Amino acid sequence: MSATIVAREITADHIAAEQQQLARTWAQPRGLIGFLSDVDPKRIGMRFIVTALVFFALGGVLAGLMRIQLAVPENHFLGPDLYNQVFTMHGTTMMFLFAVPVMEGLGLYFTPLMVGARTMALPRLAAFGYWMFLAGGIFLYVSFFLNIGPDNGWFSYVPLAGPEFAPGKRADTWAQLITFTEVASLVGAIVTIVTVFKFRRPGMTLDRLPVFVWAQLVTSFMIIFAMPAVMVASTALILDRLVGTHFFNQAQGGDPILFQHLFWFFGHPEVYLIFLPAQGLMSTLIQAFSSRPVVGYVGLVVALVATAFMAFGLWVHHMFAVGLPAIGTSFFTAASMMIAIPSGIQIFSWIATIWSGRVRLEPPMLFALGYFVIFILGGMTGLMVASVPLDLQVHDTYFVVAHLHYVLIGGAVFPLFGALYYWFPKFTGRMPGRGLGVASFWLLFAGFNLTFFPMHVLGLHGMPRRVYTYLPDMGWNTLNLAASSGAVLMALAVIVMIVNVIQSLRSGAVAPDNPWHASTLEWATSSPPPPYNFYPEPVIDSRDPLWNDPADLPIVIGVRADRREVLITRLLDAQPDHRYHSPDPSIWPFVTALTTTAMLIGSIFTPWAVVWGSIPPAIALIAWFWPRPSMLNDETHPPENARPELSAATGPP
Amino acid sequence: MHSVLSAAGVEAQSIQSHWWLMFWVTLVVTLVVLGGLGLAVARGLRAGAIGRSDRGLVTGISLAIAVTVVILFGLLIDSVITSRVLASQRAPGALEIEIMAQQWWWSVEYQHPEPEQRVRTANELHIPVGRPVSIKLLANDVIHSFWVPALNGKLDAIPGHESTLWIRAEHPGVYRGQCAEYCGAQHAHMAIVVVAESPEEFEKWIQAQRQTAHQPASDPERRGLQLVQQSACVMCHTIRGTAAGGRMGPDLTHLASRSTIGAGILPRTPDHLEEWIRDPQRIKPGNRMPALALPDRDRAAIVAYLEQLR
Repeated sequence: MSATIVAREITADHIAAEQQQLARTWAQPRGLIGFLSDVDPKRIGMRFIVTALVFFALGGVLAGLMRIQLAVPENHFLGPDLYNQVFTMHGTTMMFLFAVPVMEGLGLYFTPLMVGARTMALPRLAAFGYWMFLAGGIFLYVSFFLNIGPDNGWFSYVPLAGPEFAPGKRADTWAQLITFTEVASLVGAIVTIVTVFKFRRPGMTLDRLPVFVWAQLVTSFMIIFAMPAVMVASTALILDRLVGTHFFNQAQGGDPILFQHLFWFFGHPEVYLIFLPAQGLMSTLIQAFSSRPVVGYVGLVVALVATAFMAFGLWVHHMFAVGLPAIGTSFFTAASMMIAIPSGIQIFSWIATIWSGRVRLEPPMLFALGYFVIFILGGMTGLMVASVPLDLQVHDTYFVVAHLHYVLIGGAVFPLFGALYYWFPKFTGRMPGRGLGVASFWLLFAGFNLTFFPMHVLGLHGMPRRVYTYLPDMGWNTLNLAASSGAVLMALAVIVMIVNVIQSLRSGAVAPDNPWHASTLEWATSSPPPPYNFYPEPVIDSRDPLWNDPADLPIVIGVRADRREVLITRLLDAQPDHRYHSPDPSIWPFVTALTTTAMLIGSIFTPWAVVWGSIPPAIALIAWFWPRPSMLNDETHPPENARPELSAATGPP
Repeated sequence: MHSVLSAAGVEAQSIQSHWWLMFWVTLVVTLVVLGGLGLAVARGLRAGAIGRSDRGLVTGISLAIAVTVVILFGLLIDSVITSRVLASQRAPGALEIEIMAQQWWWSVEYQHPEPEQRVRTANELHIPVGRPVSIKLLANDVIHSFWVPALNGKLDAIPGHESTLWIRAEHPGVYRGQCAEYCGAQHAHMAIVVVAESPEEFEKWIQAQRQTAHQPASDPERRGLQLVQQSACVMCHTIRGTAAGGRMGPDLTHLASRSTIGAGILPRTPDHLEEWIRDPQRIKPGNRMPALALPDRDRAAIVAYLEQLR
């Protein structure tokens, strides 16, 4: 340790006094204004998770409507116009309002806890991101109920979504929703990167970072590189529609294929924005329930980084049927198949961990094992659709619907539910019910396979995607009915989960700090954690501090408790660097989000909304960044750039 | 009849072989990996002590990855070979067809050096067995995708672009296809029928198609023709040899030689035709054909006329 280590006596009384002071300093502000001003990463993360789960339920209801419509041929339950809105809303909701935000919420909640920090970096920015996400989601659903919900698919290809073939406001709604989610994702990514780089507890060098935090870090960088492409695509689309530009109008020298390139340059990495955090969750669950450090840590991290790089080289495999030159498409076949290598590294490492560990089949572990079955099948069909000739047959059929749900539900939703179950005691202080947990797993597992496995066969037998009905003599009736009945089981599984949550909240056993005997730092504090996360804060001495670290490690001292102060460490070696006064709660992120929302929605109706509408957010931002007296150092305390100390003395355990 | 796995064309057959190779390889891999997982869980559940050393395990992972790479390389080679087989089907002397995809039907034109020998039809094409066919795909509104699973993979028809799909049927038969790229309200009902027949039968068919419309023989039929020429039908439809010359909708010159109406939504029978003309929007909501207010007797006459357009 290059930091100064001083010997100092710390008594139990001192710790109790300090904890009280910290609780006052970091307390959640009261009242409605306080609620809207909150900057606690745990509550912002939890708001992301709960809101995203509500959208998951809405997206699920839409899926249910589609399965009712398709249960029998020539059904009149939904007409073509409504069906096309419903499938567009389902895809848009699940991708933009559920999968990405829920992973972001877990990241905001657990990244600071797992790196041992009191809070996250830029908490007001994170709060702003949440309000933008919420506003975008409400905007989309209000539009849907006003019959201006998008109906051109979650990909919104031109010219179908262009000014000529999509009159009205439906396509604008889609394009502007993208803006909301872009903003929310980008600020989340920046917050995560800064937190991981600068807020780690002393001793938590990069090679001791939990795999889940690595996954969040890699995902955040992917967001920064992928989002600009869809930003260009949706902005150019809305300009074509609203102010008469011709980016995608082939009659005026534009090109509809340009839209597809831009969209998929984002759209393929988007899949990995969902999948990589879930891989991090898998490593977390496998490690905890195999009771041993995950095998091949370095390989797992390298696999995450490799997947992120490769994800940007695959986008054309969504466009094989466009008729691009053969040599180019073969390259993308090779690149798409290559991504099986990092996925393989992770799967084999987890199997090795289970093999050499002591396995406990708690419900989170069941969900993790469900991942293997479903995701591996999805990976295999992924190899098939990576092959140009085979993809030309199955592209845009139910085979791909099956494939993508195996990959995304198996690869992301199963680990997610496992993780929510795993972290439930940390969130709530109550243990989740085991019996209902097991029941919901089996219902979901059986329902999922009954719903989506027949779709492989339907696709091979010629059923295209995005059809609102089909003729009775196509030979698709039985399999569609099977798929629809599977959807009933999936709905039951979700209901059982909700019942379990309610029951556990009301009468679950009180959770100890570390009920699963896991190794990472979020389990080193109470359940649920106090607003300041940790006190005292011993330095980190290994990758699995709760399993390996001795009890007499130095602790961090000298970080003020009477204001929101955090310790900043250096990027590579996590040595203490300086103290930082973290921003206090503020209403201005909420006001900024509100005024930005007004501008964005107004811009659908008139371009002048961009001009006049940018004034209120500018005012809100000035208020947001107005210097506070507390930002200046006072003389009774050492200046912020004075390096904090580590104390060799430890408090009582 | 419309399955990837009952291939009847050269291209689809080579893709089918590629499918079965991939199917068996991935099935074995899946079973091996899940079997390994099952063994691992069984061992992990019984374990007393926890393995501390990673060394042997990391070697095992590396070996598994090496095997993965070899398998992937094999699949990649088979994929590239299949692609080359597909690309090698282009041949001189092919039958040339141009298809204009539009919301929500297919306009088909058989090419010929002499313009008057060209044949225009809709939603149904006939091809000779054994002869390569090149299909030039165009679109005049949004993106569509031409796909007849039994014959070949799909190819997009994109406004402002031109792409060519090659097919060669090996067996006579009727193969159904459908638009595969989401193209709006009636994407679900944009089917196409491909009839593969012997070269002699095909020659007979195309000769018949080159003729102008059959002259009505009976009174109701004559009255039907008269009604068609007086009504809005002529604004959108062509019936060669009559005053009907519109290009918005399908060419009806030989409507009665086709098996379906409404781009595959109904079999072509007099009853269905009557129903379609009465209210196309009820059968296929959103399609471009309006309902015409006609007395039942007039509609029956029109149906009688159309039904004799062989």
